Amino acid sequence: MALLKRLARHELLPVPFILNGEARSGRAGDTVLTAILTHTDELRLSDFSGTPRAGFCQMGACQDCWVLTSDGQRIRACSTVLEPGMNLRTIAEPRS
Amino acid sequence: MSRTLLKDVAIIGGGLVGSSAALALRRMGFSVALLEKGFCGAQASGVNYGGVRRQGRPPEQIALSQRAHAIWPRLKEIIGIDGEFVSSGHLKLARTEAEMASLESYAARVAELGLDLELIGRSRIRERFAWIAGDVAGASLCPGDGHANPRLVSAAFALAARRAGAEVLEHTPVSHVEKVPEGFHLSAGSGTEVRARFVINSAGAWAGTFAEAFGEPVPLRRIYPSMIVTEPLSVFMNVNIGAEGGGIYARQVERGNCIVGGMRGKPAADLDFSRPTGSGAVTIMNRAAALFPALRNAYAIRFWSGTEGEMADRNPVIGFSRTTPNLIHAFGFSGAGFQIAPAVGEVLAELVRDGESRTPIEAFAIDRFARMDQGSPVGSVPEPLKRETSK
Amino acid sequence: MSDALRPLIVGAGPAGIRAAQTLVDAGLRPIVVDEAASGGGQIYRQRLVPDNRTPRDLYGSEAGKATALHGTFARIRDRIEYLPHSLVWNVGDKAADVAAGGRTRRLDFSHLILATGATDRILPFRGWTTPGVFTLGGAQIALKSQGCAIGEQVVFLGSGPLLYLVAWQYVKAGARVAAVLDTAPFSAKLHLLRGLPSQPGVVLRGLRYAAELMARGVPVRFGVEPDRIEGETRVEGIVWRERSEKHRLACDAVGYGFALRSETQLADLAGCRFVFDGRDRAWRPERDIAGRTSVSGVYIAGDGAGIAGADAAELAGERAGLALLEDTGVTVDRARIVVLERRLAAINRFRDILEAAFPFPGGWADRVDDDVLLCRCEEISIGQARAAMREQGVHELNRLKALTRVGMGRCQGRMCACAAAEILAAARGQPLEAVGRMRTQPPIKPLPLEIAADGETA
Repeated sequence: MALLKRLARHELLPVPFILNGEARSGRAGDTVLTAILTHTDELRLSDFSGTPRAGFCQMGACQDCWVLTSDGQRIRACSTVLEPGMNLRTIAEPRS
Repeated sequence: MSRTLLKDVAIIGGGLVGSSAALALRRMGFSVALLEKGFCGAQASGVNYGGVRRQGRPPEQIALSQRAHAIWPRLKEIIGIDGEFVSSGHLKLARTEAEMASLESYAARVAELGLDLELIGRSRIRERFAWIAGDVAGASLCPGDGHANPRLVSAAFALAARRAGAEVLEHTPVSHVEKVPEGFHLSAGSGTEVRARFVINSAGAWAGTFAEAFGEPVPLRRIYPSMIVTEPLSVFMNVNIGAEGGGIYARQVERGNCIVGGMRGKPAADLDFSRPTGSGAVTIMNRAAALFPALRNAYAIRFWSGTEGEMADRNPVIGFSRTTPNLIHAFGFSGAGFQIAPAVGEVLAELVRDGESRTPIEAFAIDRFARMDQGSPVGSVPEPLKRETSK
Repeated sequence: MSDALRPLIVGAGPAGIRAAQTLVDAGLRPIVVDEAASGGGQIYRQRLVPDNRTPRDLYGSEAGKATALHGTFARIRDRIEYLPHSLVWNVGDKAADVAAGGRTRRLDFSHLILATGATDRILPFRGWTTPGVFTLGGAQIALKSQGCAIGEQVVFLGSGPLLYLVAWQYVKAGARVAAVLDTAPFSAKLHLLRGLPSQPGVVLRGLRYAAELMARGVPVRFGVEPDRIEGETRVEGIVWRERSEKHRLACDAVGYGFALRSETQLADLAGCRFVFDGRDRAWRPERDIAGRTSVSGVYIAGDGAGIAGADAAELAGERAGLALLEDTGVTVDRARIVVLERRLAAINRFRDILEAAFPFPGGWADRVDDDVLLCRCEEISIGQARAAMREQGVHELNRLKALTRVGMGRCQGRMCACAAAEILAAARGQPLEAVGRMRTQPPIKPLPLEIAADGETA
């Protein structure tokens, strides 16, 4: 279930992307964090206890919103702009 | 606040050498003051790479190194923590046939010294260490070597020494030390005066001043080995990695961080601290990503660097002063002191108690440079001044 | 003269933009490096693409200031060298390492103006890492930049002017705010009356936010002591105490923070001397009123130099720019300097009143339980930190880091160092300044191993 709730920007163009293998849609101007958390409620598992995390500061400071692309690259979700066709994965194994 | 301490032994420098000596001396019943200018283990002892490695040491260090090798697995019993010591093995890579030949020749030289080195050819490297990329000509594996966490080990030795009754004085820099008829007189920070029968100079990169004060200048310079650490990753690296000819060394801790070194840093504004250079760090990062495919998408989260003392011949100075009775030096470990330090501590304690050590340390005599200057080979000089009789 | 000068400004928020404008007006061409996609900083952060919200919708009463600042930045855009999406990850002697798009390069500079801003000051409580808990700043960014609320039923918690501002912005945007939980007692707010004569606008605005929140039926509670977030995998509720009484409220998101903390890493790497700022409860770079640090040629302005807010940041940015010009022999407008310094001094005095009205939750460090997570990166509990203090005699912050890993993770202590210092000081019975501050190591933020280096680095 989504964590974030859209209150505005409904009028902007949809941006298709893939999240954990499923086709999803965000909006132009979304960060990857927004695009993911308007569909689901976690981004990664913590490194040591494996507890769910969904970002915290949204300004590139806390480093708690890293996700993966399908080819294994790491991106910081809050400071990466969503681009059409992005193939994203949330981190489902600690330290992966 | 001024105070005067009367001790059997005053130790200058609370690194791993000084702390382990303090602990060993306390266990023999000597009273000890350990004088540290900052925090114990905060310099080279605490911020080194963490390699616990016998392989690659010159043959004259192996006896000492073997003695230390027996100590590492017993850390828990000695200092209360295992220091994250892992007996992972140390794999030294050869990138060229010439480097492989060099590894082979080293293996032959130390064949009788008990390192149990295993030489591994090109194809077997691929099979056994598939996580290493690129064209590796071969490697030499020392199965009993490993790695540990310097931050924890060095502090724990100092704490264990304190618990064993050593007077551990941090933020107490020694400003003056002199020989007096009944021993030594030291002046240190916060008005601390120490009178001691023995002095151990284990002041690391800062030891040169104290040696010089007793008429024993040494070719000691500062080096700043620098390291990068990655974010935590699933564990893939199951040995401590080195390379013949240098350039990279790497280990992965149980929590998943990879620590990679191979370049030098530079001194910070406060000369007691150093920091990696940007270019050095980026070079190490690139090398690590090229050698280990698992690191290709990884991020470095921290760099660090430490200040170490390096001798011209890269062997430490360990043993009695040649000018001053009851003064013992132990410094200049030249970027390779971590593994042997706990044994050095025991050796220093033996020197105090017995005037000699059961482990050979002649090669580390402080006057070897002076003798070389005079063209006189090691070992052909009169016996050093070891101890004065106890009062 | 100007050809030889190559000033580097780090940060394109209110301080950085005003500094850049000042230098541009004097005929210089500064380099402006900023991590964000566009100028404005966090406070006047811009959307990534325009939408049908007005500046008033986004910035409320500060819309005029925001548009003026954005306008200035647009106007000087082709007279500066602007590097957005770029991270200064290291500063050396007259050179900085800048990473962008998988590459890093060295930027040589003649002068450095640091306008690195601040992040929320965070104190942990049980459940603070649960999905749905964000910082107040994070909650505000979600709304302003992304048009999103952090949940359907949002609780705002903490202390500081931002608490009421963000709650009010949420309500105005149509979000449901379940409660505003202020950790300070109501009586603290009476201090604001002292600020009326000097800063009536700020005080009245704050009172308006609170009044409008209450008028819309948002419960506002005072003297709150947070106890826990409920919910395993996402926020389901919050439990707090008022005096000894426990309260519980269902919610699906919490935004919280306790004022701000300065981002000082680059000043540290640049070798600036630090002083302890009792009001900020933090070490910060030493500077004069013009923003000169202890290092010649290095200036600092805005919240990165100690917390003073966006208005002060604009003034301080301009003042630092003028200081740079003065120090290079340019004749500057003395009258303007007098005005800037007078306004900065007035804001500084008003900060004392704000601090009294929105105080730090005293005693937090004594009360917080051992099993609460202190370092969210390395997952070290407050109990583990306290054990190191007790059993290993740790009384200094870098030692705590070395022995427990607190502050050693990806965020380099941004989220936990303030709390760790408070815990350490409380546990050892020492004043806060005595526990020191965490030394900065580059890179100040994570850097990809495969980064390509263009030429030398700093």
